[in-house]
Amino acid sequence: MSLNLSETLQKTVDSLSKNFSESLIEVYQSSGDTFIRIEADSLLKVTKYLKEELHYVYLSDIFGIDRYTSEERFEVVYNLLSLKSQTRVFIKVRCEEENPELDSVVPVWKSAGWNEREVFDMFGVHFRNHPDLRRIFLPEDFEYYPLRKEFPLLGIPGSIELPSTTPESE
Amino acid sequence: MGLESALGNGFLTTKMDTLVNWARSNAAWPMPMGLACCAIEMMAFAGPRYDAARFGSEVMRFSPRQADVMIVAGWCTYKMSHAIRRIWDQMPDPKWCIAMGACASTGGMHRCYGVVQGVDNFLPVDAYISGCPPRPDAVLHALMKIQDKIKTEHSVMLDS
Repeated sequence: MSLNLSETLQKTVDSLSKNFSESLIEVYQSSGDTFIRIEADSLLKVTKYLKEELHYVYLSDIFGIDRYTSEERFEVVYNLLSLKSQTRVFIKVRCEEENPELDSVVPVWKSAGWNEREVFDMFGVHFRNHPDLRRIFLPEDFEYYPLRKEFPLLGIPGSIELPSTTPESE
Repeated sequence: MGLESALGNGFLTTKMDTLVNWARSNAAWPMPMGLACCAIEMMAFAGPRYDAARFGSEVMRFSPRQADVMIVAGWCTYKMSHAIRRIWDQMPDPKWCIAMGACASTGGMHRCYGVVQGVDNFLPVDAYISGCPPRPDAVLHALMKIQDKIKTEHSVMLDS
């Protein structure tokens, strides 16, 4: 597939393939956006390079994908924006269904902390060296990961407590 | 009507129950539990155009201890349900509850793990209003239904 990249995006892809040729898996475009999939173990190196050398200083978002029944079930996507050249690029990494774990990018972008907590809360992907990996939305003692495909639409009955219908004093 | 003529102008005879129910039904002050977009229609219901004060619901009371009718307007999460129940428990008896709109009545379009599928899971709801959101007239209708309910209550002696 031929890519139709802008000058700055072409520069990004070129310098990544020059410096990290062994960890680059694929580059593709969809709906006008550019996606770069890399090896999970080189995530920290590549993101650090993107921020410090290519000025992708703004981490817009991190989100998870459940590729249920596929090999390497979980995918985590980093939505990066360069404020200098106004270009956006998406970095993707995949991890296994059993014990999904990735490096935290908090050392690169401090704002990643809450985004990673959300991915952990919804998909159960663990982030190594995260400073405070707790659930962000659901109760601490909740046992499930609600955005996984096998989780039922209406949840597990009784897993989140409803208030007592008897007033405390009675 | 013999007694009134004996007592003259300024007197009438009635039952205590009827008098109390008449007074209660025409002074049902709402506790606005505005959780989402339904709350905007609830404001219109209280405002001058639809004017809930005509029916004795004179003012919205933001203090549960001064309110009689709780209007749950909007979708309710499991997290919020504890706060709502706490406020409901603080309202003095007798009290009534309106589930306003599809979400408060059944969960509506929020068919998911985080939203309570109808506030009647933890509140004794007296009137349900359909609509997404309901028009202010529908809220007035629910209020009038509650007034009818109050007027046909059993003896006030049973309250104590």
